[in-house]
Amino acid sequence: MISARGLRKSFGDFEAVRGIDVSVRPGVAFGFLGPNGAGKSSTMRMICCVSPPSGGELRVFGMDPAKDGPKIKARLGVCPQEDTLDVELNVYDNLYVYGRYFGLPRAEVKGRIDELLDFVQLTDKAKAKVDDLSGGMKRRLTIARSLINRPEILVLDEPTTGLDPQARHVIWDRLFRLKQAGVTLLLTTHYMDEAEQLCDELVVMDQGRIVAHGTPLGLIQQHSTREVAELRFGVGEHEALAAKVEDLAERIEVLPDRLLLYSDDGEAVIDAVHSRDLSPVATLVRRSSLEDVFLHLTGRTLVD
Amino acid sequence: MAILNAAVSTAVARPLRGGEAARLLLWRNILVYRRAWLVFVTGFLEPVFYLFSIGIGVGAIVTGFTYAGEPIEYRDFVAPGMIAASAMNGSLLDATFNFFFKLKYNKLYDQMLATPLRTVDIAVGEILWNQLRSGIYVAAFLMIMVAMDLVHSWWALLVVPAALLIGSAFGAVGMALTTYMTSWQDFEKVTLAMMPMFLFSATFFPVTAYPGWLRWIVEVTPLYRGVVLCRELTLGVPSWGSLVSVVYLLAFGAIGLMVVRRRLDSLLLT
Repeated sequence: MISARGLRKSFGDFEAVRGIDVSVRPGVAFGFLGPNGAGKSSTMRMICCVSPPSGGELRVFGMDPAKDGPKIKARLGVCPQEDTLDVELNVYDNLYVYGRYFGLPRAEVKGRIDELLDFVQLTDKAKAKVDDLSGGMKRRLTIARSLINRPEILVLDEPTTGLDPQARHVIWDRLFRLKQAGVTLLLTTHYMDEAEQLCDELVVMDQGRIVAHGTPLGLIQQHSTREVAELRFGVGEHEALAAKVEDLAERIEVLPDRLLLYSDDGEAVIDAVHSRDLSPVATLVRRSSLEDVFLHLTGRTLVD
Repeated sequence: MAILNAAVSTAVARPLRGGEAARLLLWRNILVYRRAWLVFVTGFLEPVFYLFSIGIGVGAIVTGFTYAGEPIEYRDFVAPGMIAASAMNGSLLDATFNFFFKLKYNKLYDQMLATPLRTVDIAVGEILWNQLRSGIYVAAFLMIMVAMDLVHSWWALLVVPAALLIGSAFGAVGMALTTYMTSWQDFEKVTLAMMPMFLFSATFFPVTAYPGWLRWIVEVTPLYRGVVLCRELTLGVPSWGSLVSVVYLLAFGAIGLMVVRRRLDSLLLT
């Protein structure tokens, strides 16, 4: 569906994407993870044909975005990071006008709107002004809008950023249904739980490069241990105490508010810490997650 | 699931033909104004009020007014000026303030560019909308003039197509300049340009009142060209000279369109 070879994007002196290779197969939910500024959105914009690549090769549906932008876009659904809903039109007309931009006949668009409003649970808001919708509703409307042309690939740039937990679960449920219906999903996120829930395949981007590629589980197995012991000490003590415990684990990460000790047996690590007369304010043993992979690969927490 | 099953219907999303895209942009704007018709009407009223207060009110105390050597009623002199001003208002209101809002705040064109629409479709569609609004304003203005017995020639009907020309010239240039604006404060410049153009482009008194160099400046403003063209038509004295105005306005529109398209490319396709 999508293939990129050595794809680059620069803005003046700044290189946002520094040569990435990506290949997305049909029906896959493909995730781009990375901190802010990693080049995720720039990559998405190139795939959506609204940003000409600065170098390398990009093909979407086997076509070149520079030449066949409109043809590609006819088969893409785009859910941008910021809602770009038309605030001068009501909910129904937003979908109607947008659907018509895809060259679909009036009756066809009207039929699809009824189905889509139902799908995103906005049927009773059809006549509402866009500005009167909550954040979650706007997002759902944006998703409904992106589906009006029955896209083969749905591109979602941070689909749940800024939403409350309930609204996020509704979106996840809808995206999951789309995936089951065979739509190829391409999403960026900096929420690890989102990536774990939705993605079959992931790449981790950092500073314009791809630093890891695999399935969520595969990445965890490859880049982290089975368990993590979290130790919380007093404010400002973490840096100094790290040296006293680092031999207890395969690897250690020092965060401003806690130490993360990577080991296949977390409980044993905690016991060992206590036996050295250290008394953390709080301890926690948990399974490794994508967050840990991310920390390991980029040396940073995600939302920074 | 039905909504995702393309096999349910034979309709398939596709790129639009140029004419279709422009028609859809017009339709989108009509939908918006259907709910904001008051805004649409107020833009129309200003030149109408000037026609009544200056053209007819002040005109009642003006005697012995001549134009091109012929004695005419002062109100017949002012009315075509107000037609051209009406056409200017019709297009510039959308081409500046509303265009800026759509571009920067409503993110309307980012939305459109996620669909098969192209920047040239957006530029053409919006300029056509500016023209349409000018045309509607002037058609209504003409009806008021007929009712006030201010129309003396069938040539006057041609002010409607003339309004489309004026609309495209002001629309295209207004949009082109708006792409360079960064904040609402910049629009003071629009007001600053519109007001003197409205007052001094041979709208209320003939251009012969100016000294040579100033006259030359006035004569190259697009509104002056529009005023002269409308006046020749409503007075029923079109000439080959009218074609100069036509070509001038067409050129303004065409150059503006090219600039708008290129500016949209560089602003939105980054």
